[in-house]
Amino acid sequence: MSVKRFQRAIPVMLALRKALVPLLAFGSLAACASAPAAQAVANTDWSVTTAKPGQLKDGVYIGPSVSAYYGLVQVQATVQSGRLANVQFLQYPSDRRTSQQINSIVMPYLTQEALKAQSAYVNVISGATLTSEAFAQSLNAALKQASNAL
Amino acid sequence: MKTTRLMMGMPITVEIVDASATEAALDAVFDYFRYVDEKFSTYKDASEIMRINRRELDIADASDDMKLIFALAEDTRQETYGYFDIRHKGKIDPSGIVKGWAIYNAAALLAQMGFVNYFVDAGGDIEVCGHNDAGQAWRVGIRNPFAINEIVKVVTLTDCGIATSGTSIRGQHIYNPQSGAESIDDVVSLTVIGPNVYEADRFATAAFAMGADGIHFIESLDGFEGYMIDAHGIATLTSGFGRYVLQEAPA
Repeated sequence: MSVKRFQRAIPVMLALRKALVPLLAFGSLAACASAPAAQAVANTDWSVTTAKPGQLKDGVYIGPSVSAYYGLVQVQATVQSGRLANVQFLQYPSDRRTSQQINSIVMPYLTQEALKAQSAYVNVISGATLTSEAFAQSLNAALKQASNAL
Repeated sequence: MKTTRLMMGMPITVEIVDASATEAALDAVFDYFRYVDEKFSTYKDASEIMRINRRELDIADASDDMKLIFALAEDTRQETYGYFDIRHKGKIDPSGIVKGWAIYNAAALLAQMGFVNYFVDAGGDIEVCGHNDAGQAWRVGIRNPFAINEIVKVVTLTDCGIATSGTSIRGQHIYNPQSGAESIDDVVSLTVIGPNVYEADRFATAAFAMGADGIHFIESLDGFEGYMIDAHGIATLTSGFGRYVLQEAPA
């Protein structure tokens, strides 16, 4: 059962090569006094702890080539000590195509929940910017008219 | 000391908890954002980015900060399989990376001035440092994309960044979680917590463009956690996101 799960196509972006240290306007200063200087931490290995260790047989398993909406995807999964130790892409499309509907495979370690309004006090809120490009363009044009009318 | 100003088309809020906070420190931060806006705004005809877009200026002759942003954008493009790209329909718009970069630098400016406990929030992307005025980690709410005056999650953060990509305009007016017709692949909001707001923002931007794959992309990145909300009002959390969630009962 477990092996078959990893032989299906996993339209998942894998971890990346290490990112370069960004050079920022103020040199390599940290954003916070007690934080290290900016450094992207992108794992070159992709590893996950399966929910039930021991139910995977050790070995290297190659999945089929599957058509995802952006092209063909094929993965190779390495199982060590009953756990998924590494996943590599054998095939990955270099161009992104227009999307078709795909089924999202939510791996068992990603939990899901219904939204629930929170009443706790917060200091600040993170959300998508409320202004849209159309709003900004419209506002800009209006301000231009206003300044031209002077 | 806390203040909010509307700049770059969005509210920018800076709060400094340290007793040594001054108006001058806040002014310095907003002066920096004004500098960024003048250079990178695609709504200002005279900006350096618009001169580049009109081919009046070549990137080879551009300012150091412009060259830096182009280099960072190219790195990000390669790291995200092309899902992050500042080139849209023949135009160059680097706002997806400039915002996080600018907030990061504004926070670094405050660190340089010797402050320890503060946050810088530009349009919902935030760098939080130290503790809030209650002496605790900063409490950050995640906005409900379907009801902008509600929050749906509270996380407690220190010395890191949080960024949310999404389409709350769409969330407000078009998608109704009860209608149920949309594909589960429709992501309306993706929040990323990372080592700093520059990293959180660029990966949130790229991950949002990936649709439902985006949360898996964030899961694959060491040191990053994500909270994705789809058009049905269901949230998907990366495996380590729970460590940030406020555990106390609501106030």
